[in-house]
Amino acid sequence: MNGFTYLKNVATLELDQQKCSGCKMCTVVCPHEVFVIKDKKAIIQNKDFCMECGACEKNCPEGAISVRSGVGCAAGIINGLLRGTEPSCDCSSSKKSNCC
Amino acid sequence: MGKDFIIGKLNTAVGTVLQVSTLWSSNDLWSTIKVRWSIGRMDYKVKQGLYAVGNPDENSNIFVSANFKLSFDHLRRALSGMNAWVLVLDTKGVNVWCAAGKGTFGTKELVYRIKAHELEKLVSHRKIIVPQLGATGVSAHEVKNKTGFNVIYGPVRANDIQAFVDSGFKATPEMRKVTFPLVERLKLIPVEITYGKYYLLFVPALFFILSGLNIHGYSVDLAWINGGRSIINLFSAYFAGCALTPILLSWIPFKRFSLKGLFIGWIIGFILMYFHYLGNNIFEIISWFLMIGSISSFLAMNFTGSSTFTSLSGVQKEMKLSLPVQIISASVGLIGWIITRFL
Repeated sequence: MNGFTYLKNVATLELDQQKCSGCKMCTVVCPHEVFVIKDKKAIIQNKDFCMECGACEKNCPEGAISVRSGVGCAAGIINGLLRGTEPSCDCSSSKKSNCC
Repeated sequence: MGKDFIIGKLNTAVGTVLQVSTLWSSNDLWSTIKVRWSIGRMDYKVKQGLYAVGNPDENSNIFVSANFKLSFDHLRRALSGMNAWVLVLDTKGVNVWCAAGKGTFGTKELVYRIKAHELEKLVSHRKIIVPQLGATGVSAHEVKNKTGFNVIYGPVRANDIQAFVDSGFKATPEMRKVTFPLVERLKLIPVEITYGKYYLLFVPALFFILSGLNIHGYSVDLAWINGGRSIINLFSAYFAGCALTPILLSWIPFKRFSLKGLFIGWIIGFILMYFHYLGNNIFEIISWFLMIGSISSFLAMNFTGSSTFTSLSGVQKEMKLSLPVQIISASVGLIGWIITRFL
């Protein structure tokens, strides 16, 4: 992937192939070519490319994919630590802060 | 905010729809430059709702966007020469991908807008084109269940829309892939530079004042001599972390952003040392290396939020070790530097 990969063996992505209907939706929405279809079933080919955005889980009609999705953002994680919440870049509560 | 992108009105089956230009005015361009520098960035919005490009009819495609004006501007420019509908969701002025992550660009809002604007009366087909990066918030099968509309995920980049439409909604693997080339990283750097806000004045001022301390009390002359040097060191560290590291990202060794930042920070440190900006006392030099390394490392780690490939689990793993090390090292460096004032 253009030379960019992040830490290995950390992604929480999981696929239950029993449930997969081979609709290919995961290969459409994934921005990092994590999935490929083989023999009409999805397989996770590049797990270390996964950035846990959650698009595949959200768009799998069979509910075959699970991933702990969230922001891969240090500022968001610090926000979460300070507020005692989940990591969040949500800053809509305070207009002053800057975020994506 | 200027509304010069609105060029007319169309009467449709669902009421009057504003027609928008596919060109960027000098005003649009100037506002874009300001937003890239974080000026008014959190309130750079267009009104959510339905818009028209060209003279669309019941057979025309519907494209979905966010109400961050930069997102909307890129879409309307990419639709040049087409007749199309544009449905702008209320994402609180946040871009598509980030809003999808927060859920504001999501199934609920999309379903609401499809119904509120009576799209089933506007067009005869049942297709709606959503940017691929919106998939983080939108569930295509749920939208289909609730509205009858088929979500078609368009390309990642608006520039590819023309080719995508021409090929009958077929995206090439390149159109589906998120990359992070130098030119995109460069666009993000101004926002990174503004990250420090008023700390950029406060911290250097503090160092300038503390530079006057010495064993005999306080010397204004000393503040001028050593204060200027300190300010240059601090800004160099800042620049190393939030500009140099992002620019050189793909060429710096290490996977962890904090290590990339430390690496670049220390290279800058050695350059500063060579020119005697770190002082001539070994304890002061070590203190500077600790502070410069921490600052650069922390800011580089912060760039994970702007990058397009870091995961939550990965950043958490990285921070677990890096954040405490950065805090301790910066503190030891600061205390060491203050002590060397009195040596």
